[in-house]
Amino acid sequence: MTVMQHIWIVLGVLFVFLNIAAGLIWVERRLLALWQDRLGPNRAGPLGLFIVLADTLKLFFKEDWIPPFADKWVFILAPAIVVASVLMGIAIIPFAPGIVVADLNVGLMFFLAMSSLGVYSIVLGGWASNNKYSLLGALRGASQMIAYEVFMGLSLMGVVMLSKSFNLTDIVNAQKGLWFVVTQPIGFVVFFIAGLAETHRLPFDIPEAESELIAGFHSEYSGMKFGMFFIGEYLGISLISAMTATLFFGGWLGPAFLPPVVWFFLKTFLFIGLFILLRASLPRPRYDQLMGYGWKLLLPLVLLNLLVTGAIALWLRS
Amino acid sequence: MISHLRTMWLVFRHLFQKKVTVQYPEEKVPLYPRWRGRIVLTKDPDGGERCVGCYLCAAACPVDCIALQATENEEGRRYPEFFRINFSRCIFCGYCEEACPTYAIQLIPDFEMAEYNRQDLVYEKEDLLIDSQGKYPGYNFYNVAGLDAGVKEKGKGEDEETPVDIKSLLP
Amino acid sequence: MPTIYIDNKPFDVKTGKNLLEACLSLGIDLPYFCWHPAMGSVGACRQCAIKVFKDEEDTRGRLVMSCMEGVKDGMRISVNDETAKAFRSQVIEWLMTNHPHDCPVCDEGGCCHLQDMTVMSGHNYRHYHFKKRTYPNQYLGPLINHEMNRCIQCYRCVRFYHDYAGGKDLNVFAAHNHVYFGREKDGVLESPFSGNLAEVCPTGVFTDKTLKEHYTRKWDLTNAPSVCQHCSLGCNTIAGERYGQLRNIVNRYNHEVNGYFLCDKGRFGYEFVNSENRITQPLIRNQPIEATEHDTVLQYMRALVTGHNLIGIGSPRASLESNYALLELVGKENFYQGVPDDLVYVEQKIVDILQSGTVHTPSLKEIEQADAVLVLGEDIWNTAPIMALAVRQSVMKTAATHTTEQLPIPTWHDAAIKELVQEDKGFLANITMLPSPLDEISSSSMKAAPDDMARLGFAIAHILNPSLPEVRNAGEELLSYAATISKALQAAKHPVIITGTSCWNNALIRAAFDIAAALDMNEKKAGLAFVMQDCNSMGLAMTRASSFDRAVAAIQRTTNVTAIILENDLYRSIPAAKADTFFNKCKHIVVLDTLHNRTTEKAHVLIPAATFAEADGTFVNNEARAQRSSQVFMPANSEIRESFKWLADIKSLVTTASNGHGKHMDDLLHALEARLPQFAGVSRVAPPHDFRIHGARIPRESHRYSGRTAMLANLTVSEPKPLQDDDSSLSYTMEGYRGLPPSPLIPFFWAPGWNSGQSVTKYQEEAGGALKGGDPGIRLFEQTTAPPVFSKDIPDAFTPRAGKWMLLPQYHIFGSGELSVYTKGIASLSAEPYVSLSRRDAEQSQLKNGDTVAVKTDGKTYTLPLSINESLPDGIILVPAGLTGMEALSWGAWVNLSTVIV
Repeated sequence: MTVMQHIWIVLGVLFVFLNIAAGLIWVERRLLALWQDRLGPNRAGPLGLFIVLADTLKLFFKEDWIPPFADKWVFILAPAIVVASVLMGIAIIPFAPGIVVADLNVGLMFFLAMSSLGVYSIVLGGWASNNKYSLLGALRGASQMIAYEVFMGLSLMGVVMLSKSFNLTDIVNAQKGLWFVVTQPIGFVVFFIAGLAETHRLPFDIPEAESELIAGFHSEYSGMKFGMFFIGEYLGISLISAMTATLFFGGWLGPAFLPPVVWFFLKTFLFIGLFILLRASLPRPRYDQLMGYGWKLLLPLVLLNLLVTGAIALWLRS
Repeated sequence: MISHLRTMWLVFRHLFQKKVTVQYPEEKVPLYPRWRGRIVLTKDPDGGERCVGCYLCAAACPVDCIALQATENEEGRRYPEFFRINFSRCIFCGYCEEACPTYAIQLIPDFEMAEYNRQDLVYEKEDLLIDSQGKYPGYNFYNVAGLDAGVKEKGKGEDEETPVDIKSLLP
Repeated sequence: MPTIYIDNKPFDVKTGKNLLEACLSLGIDLPYFCWHPAMGSVGACRQCAIKVFKDEEDTRGRLVMSCMEGVKDGMRISVNDETAKAFRSQVIEWLMTNHPHDCPVCDEGGCCHLQDMTVMSGHNYRHYHFKKRTYPNQYLGPLINHEMNRCIQCYRCVRFYHDYAGGKDLNVFAAHNHVYFGREKDGVLESPFSGNLAEVCPTGVFTDKTLKEHYTRKWDLTNAPSVCQHCSLGCNTIAGERYGQLRNIVNRYNHEVNGYFLCDKGRFGYEFVNSENRITQPLIRNQPIEATEHDTVLQYMRALVTGHNLIGIGSPRASLESNYALLELVGKENFYQGVPDDLVYVEQKIVDILQSGTVHTPSLKEIEQADAVLVLGEDIWNTAPIMALAVRQSVMKTAATHTTEQLPIPTWHDAAIKELVQEDKGFLANITMLPSPLDEISSSSMKAAPDDMARLGFAIAHILNPSLPEVRNAGEELLSYAATISKALQAAKHPVIITGTSCWNNALIRAAFDIAAALDMNEKKAGLAFVMQDCNSMGLAMTRASSFDRAVAAIQRTTNVTAIILENDLYRSIPAAKADTFFNKCKHIVVLDTLHNRTTEKAHVLIPAATFAEADGTFVNNEARAQRSSQVFMPANSEIRESFKWLADIKSLVTTASNGHGKHMDDLLHALEARLPQFAGVSRVAPPHDFRIHGARIPRESHRYSGRTAMLANLTVSEPKPLQDDDSSLSYTMEGYRGLPPSPLIPFFWAPGWNSGQSVTKYQEEAGGALKGGDPGIRLFEQTTAPPVFSKDIPDAFTPRAGKWMLLPQYHIFGSGELSVYTKGIASLSAEPYVSLSRRDAEQSQLKNGDTVAVKTDGKTYTLPLSINESLPDGIILVPAGLTGMEALSWGAWVNLSTVIV
């Protein structure tokens, strides 16, 4: 591939994902409305699509205020981290054969590293806000991330064992016969739940928890800095959905009547829809329930899954 | 876990149900007689102002958006010298209507009173007074009150005996 | 201390109280109507029923009226007993059968004792389906409104008006369920205490007619503790404001001063604050546009106060702070009282006596408790009405005390005591120039010229202490009066002597002092009370500044004078000729005042001062009790400011040191204490401006205050920031400390379930007792052991002169006040100008009632209609003082008379 092609791919991925993230503003509000027997935003532009523009404009024109009691530089840096780390994670996703920004041989490790880095934005944002609710949110975010990061990684180890590679293109190719969701159902469920927690989406939005922490770590944020957190969250959803599709649902693989890229995005949007449905239907658990659920149920489950997968892999080899 | 999945399924099914949203300016909202909207001051059957300036609405108002001054005509009938409602503060809770002992202040089914200029939301008595008895036709406070305020003489009220002759010693 | 068990809980209560008083003092809510702490119990309304149990075993008990049963040690009662509760609820239901559906149009609503008691006893549904009784109303004058339908027959009005205040023209008429409370026929209520009916009546039968003109519910008023401005007694009042206008005055209980009642002049004389005659802008005269504003007038003042000789004229109606600020500005030696020399001389004598501490000066409460009273030469009915009311109580209660000492009947048992006492009365000697309503209850009343009254006083003193000089050429009559009075004073334990300045006679003061001091030497606890002329006459006199006549003399010696006149219409107290002399010599005249008057016409610079309602200030009353009057509202017009603030601004023009700038009144009072030690203690009169309770201010507005977001919305829809009061710890909001404030800062009386003024019980140590935390006010002088200095100079008997008459003032409760006549109702009750002569003098001059008489004094002639006064001593001519349009005369001067042929 030429340098130009690389640049085009990078720009294309950036363009597509940033637009998906922005478009999710509309998608989420429409879907939530429909599930609540309402119509949702339908006034601005066709189908209300311009609400995305309106919201973005609003965010740009809101007063960008840094509280006088905040730690100024960290406060500014925090929202940038979340967007940067998620975008870095997207770099290793193969959209179709040959369309990938960085086809790393440790792609999966890179993804795990990047998604863990995202927690810095929460911790630093909450810390720099110098507000007790924000700090509580940040602490919750950090411990939630530590807990769920462990078995997110472990849940993927079954996939790695089966595909014998950390490279995502290899993992997709290894699913040509059978999607890993069939052989690794526990791995899929745990990964998706861990993904919810990583992106702190409902029902696992403990660090924000409006009703308890009045928006938690980003209480003090306004304007485009808040917008960065906002976009970061939607990017996170897209990333986890894309990863789920890649790791367990065969990525771009699909019947030939549609091009591979379309298959990939179809699968991704399905999971995005699932994310939103979860928000529409499930209540937020208590903080201790969340931690107990992670450490006491998911961790043993995923270790068992690893053991069984390893055993079967050994048995098949012998 | 099963119940969670069931919940998700039930919520998902709502995608295909009829929506309750009313597309307001094109479709009109159905308003019922007891709908709490714009506040008006009504008149009694004789066409006199019902408001007697008792200040109870102002006291009941949780946002303190009613101010008035009571005054009296030469017959002793009370009426508000001015009556002001700051609708930019009003929360349409209807407490003023509940407090009103003379059915003067009433909330009517009309909410289309938006203004571009906040100052225009301050309504004076001239803006509030309507030429109607509103929801309670036939009621005139002074017919049931003891006071002689030019509506009925002492002792001529619905539940009143003729005034006592204090010079009489008869039982 | 007896212990009683209320609902099985033991409580310590005071001996001699009834159960209702005991319960209320303990803070237990027990409904009542006819009982009043000042008037005792009659058991008429049956509302305060409770259960009394025989002993611990008794479970049935019996219903009694708690106001008619005294406390006994070990007594077991129940307030919450079901039968008692049901009884109380039924009683109120009966009372309500005839009560009209009037609350929305009734002025009592929101401060109605009947409403409170109805809610308290739980009656909420009318079961009675028959017709309501109605009554015709009466016209009761311009001050009180009558709406008889609302009556619940508690008899409080008659018990107050007739029994307590001695009024004759309000009584109970008709019989059985037709009883009627009113006058025999329509007409103005004669008693000057009629306004109290509005507070005494538990419902809306009698209401304040002046409030009706601009009606506001109690909960909507911005209130502050004030001090009455209309006489020297300093009655405590609560003034209420709404929409920038003073709306009403109600009584503020002070156990030591006015207790529960105010006179009509004090209650209704507030409308000058809202007058159209108010000075609203600073004026600089003799320029094209005279009205100007703060900065310009101060700029102009700079030239007037620098390089000129300053003369300051203080005022007996301005606050201590304002007078002192003027004294500071002009210097002590250039500060004069705006009061004529003769009066200053008399007042100085009073201050000397009080400051020496040889005799005790009683509070009004102590006068009420006196067992013999001698009023020597002061017409207290007109010059100090509430003192007259206190004297009346002393007379009535002394008789009651005599009776209760012999029979086991408690003092609160009003009807029983009245029955026993019948016509028996305590001792009162009312020695005045003219007859007064107090004469009816006087054991001894003599009408004489001021010098003769003084001679009587000296004769009494001589009998009490024979070492004092004898009165020469004393007549038979005088000596017999002296003998009777001295005997009664000797027999009393706490005799009180009252005198004052209204006769402008120095000998009266000395005579009264000699009597009091002589009684004191005879081991009596005698009191000597003085009546002054204005609300701060005592405060001004205590500065010991020179009289206005000295200012006139001083101005003759100097040139280039800027005179600063503080809140004082000199033409009301100084003969016009003398005032004109003064003004003609001034180069610049600066006047600070509230209302336009003759003096403000003379001003070159006129500065708008705040009235009592718009100002904080300290006033010293007749017993030298300093009291704080707080600002009720900030005038919307920011040019109207307290005089002391204007004067501080002017002072900052003269001094480079900024000590005159931005001063708090606290600082002024501290400076006053330091400069004039006789005022020691005055800074403790109220908590300092930065006083807070749990960090909160005390709100002037009730928690139900309405219209906050609409009152000013017609001007601009964005609400302004709440006003900030930098001078006191009261706030201009509904927020703040809602508990019991310190007694000088009680803005209004309210307690949960008690919206009417009856809630004052919750602020008292015991029902009818002192306010919790002590009554407000600091007495500046207390009795010491200093030996008295008796006077040796006894005036000669008054002898009429041929063709000359002694000119003396007659004060009228309605009309003589400078400010109170701005109330229309009071103005309509004011006396018309007249001259009074004795019948013999009139006959000698061949004059009839109504003839026009010319009085020549101070080089001027005043023509007035004659009114012959049967009891006036010969040789005296009386002219009403201070009526609108009347000039000040040289009181005490000998004048010529002539008949004018019309």
